[in-house]
Amino acid sequence: MGSTVLDMGPAGAYKGHMSKPTLAFRNPPDWSKLKVLKWIIPAIMVLIMGLTMYYSVPTDSQGVVLRFGKFTSVEEPGLHFKMPFGIDTVETLPVKRQLKQEFGFATPGGTNRSQHSRSKGEQTAEQSMVTGDLNAVLVEWVVQYHIDDPKTFLFKVRDPELTLRDLSEAVMREIIGDRTVDEVITTGRQEIGDQALLRLSEMAKSYQLGLKVDQLQLKNVNPPHSVKSSFNEVNKAQQDREKMINIANGEYNKVIPRAKGEAEQKISEAEGYKLQRINEAQGDALAFTSVLAEYLKAPEITRKRLYLEAMSEVLPTLSNTWIVDDGVTQLLPMVQSKALGGGK
Amino acid sequence: MKILPIVIGIAAIGLLLVAGGAFYTVNERETVILTQFGRTVGDPVTEPGLHFKTPFVQDVNRLEKRILEFDGSPTEMPTKDKRYITVDTFGRWIIDDPAVFFVTLRSERRAQSRLEDIIGSEVRTAVADNDLIEVVRSDKDRVLPPNETAEGTKSSVQQKAMRGRQAIQEDILARAQPKLEPLGIKLLDVRIKRVNYNHKDVDSIYQRMISERLQIAQRFRSEGEGEAARIDGSRGRELRKVESEAYKRVQELRGEADAEASRIYAEAYDKSQESRDFYGFLKTLDTYRTILGNKTSMILSTDSELFQLLERSKR
Repeated sequence: MGSTVLDMGPAGAYKGHMSKPTLAFRNPPDWSKLKVLKWIIPAIMVLIMGLTMYYSVPTDSQGVVLRFGKFTSVEEPGLHFKMPFGIDTVETLPVKRQLKQEFGFATPGGTNRSQHSRSKGEQTAEQSMVTGDLNAVLVEWVVQYHIDDPKTFLFKVRDPELTLRDLSEAVMREIIGDRTVDEVITTGRQEIGDQALLRLSEMAKSYQLGLKVDQLQLKNVNPPHSVKSSFNEVNKAQQDREKMINIANGEYNKVIPRAKGEAEQKISEAEGYKLQRINEAQGDALAFTSVLAEYLKAPEITRKRLYLEAMSEVLPTLSNTWIVDDGVTQLLPMVQSKALGGGK
Repeated sequence: MKILPIVIGIAAIGLLLVAGGAFYTVNERETVILTQFGRTVGDPVTEPGLHFKTPFVQDVNRLEKRILEFDGSPTEMPTKDKRYITVDTFGRWIIDDPAVFFVTLRSERRAQSRLEDIIGSEVRTAVADNDLIEVVRSDKDRVLPPNETAEGTKSSVQQKAMRGRQAIQEDILARAQPKLEPLGIKLLDVRIKRVNYNHKDVDSIYQRMISERLQIAQRFRSEGEGEAARIDGSRGRELRKVESEAYKRVQELRGEADAEASRIYAEAYDKSQESRDFYGFLKTLDTYRTILGNKTSMILSTDSELFQLLERSKR
């Protein structure tokens, strides 16, 4: 918040100069010295005026000037003059400084007063929320903002930053209260942040806080501590599911391509068989056709020749050959015993 | 030298007026009520700047002109469906009628305690009139996506809100405002800041959440097993399909081959009576070659073509 740039300087100066007259009065009254006193009083007045007639506004700020408590102007950074003796007062506000508020946690060394709640218990209370499916969840978030309109900031609402804190909590719970625990923890993070920012900016505007909300980020979003392990169990189960599916797919990929290759091999072999069979048949047919042509030229003799050739081939390989005349009748028993005994 | 006493005289009167309080300033943020021996005098001064009053007898009382915050303390209360929750509210108010406010409450501190009483009791009433889900949900029209839990598990709470938090807040405001008006206060709004489960309820809520999560985990594992079985099944089917299709194709090819060969043979051998006879003759000879061997005994008649000559010589 802004500070009053009045009082302090002049008060110090005043005391310093009062010491001279006190010293003078310790001696008996002396008119020549009183003459000096006559000049000292206006001198002090001028000095005080001089010291209270200027002020400077830092580069990241704006100064709001009040005359007798009434708003007169907003001044840009630099050195400015004002009316002395507390007629004009100036409040400087760091309008260009990015301010932030933390909810549910605290980073040490905060810059602004309302950056985070003081007690750990309060921070825990800030985190705890109930989701739309009536589950509990812990949410931490950060709001970044800056003073947008110094005049509104100072004169419309008392302690706008505290109001912003409360508003931010109410808005976040509105949004979490409309979502399921799964949305809050996993899928909806981004959307929740966006929605909350939109809503909070709207509200800050309608509440006339003089603040502009620039960013809202969700930090840690967790299930309550005693429930956390069961949430991890769900993650693990999800990974188990993927693993089982991968293993099954692996087995599939190990077997099917090989089976396909083997099938193609068999088909190729069958195609080879077909080619072979046809070629052989054609060869046989050609051979027969050629021999037939010669046979037809001299059927009788060719027939005889072929027969005798065959016989001369076959007969020598036989174990027994019996040549029997038509007249022989009691042949079979003899042949049988001879055949069994071997020999010619 | 003659001017000095006059200057001093004017300065002394000025000093007396300032010391006696003839002047006062009104800040942009304040409204001032003048009192004379404890009684209010004139209208409240709202215009900021320098003002005059009767010195010595009139006092300046400053009241806040800005919007003020009311921060309720967290209170446990039951909902209509008998759930105990801790509700923390905040509100914004403004001193609407400073004269009335000053007479009835005098100080802001007293106003805060009245607000706490009135709003606190209205919050209680409103919460007791509504189910928990109404306090939790804001936008009753938003449909929550289905939970990941398997269908039909009773633990996943998917109640529908009929009114929502917004309506409850409006109820509280509408009921509290008439009670604050006689105090010169205008309530701008009341909002529920935090809602949390009661300490006693928390354990059963956590237990429910845990069992719900474990169900989800179970479902994931079962899904994994099911999917794996499905893949295994399709592997078996695919394997049989590939192998049987190959068998079918092989048989088809072999059949074609044999058929084609038969056709070629038939075409060559079946040309004429002579070709048929000749084929029969050749094939018979070939058959002799294959079936007759060293394990065969043969009885040949002298009648046979081969030994005709023998018989003839005998005669």
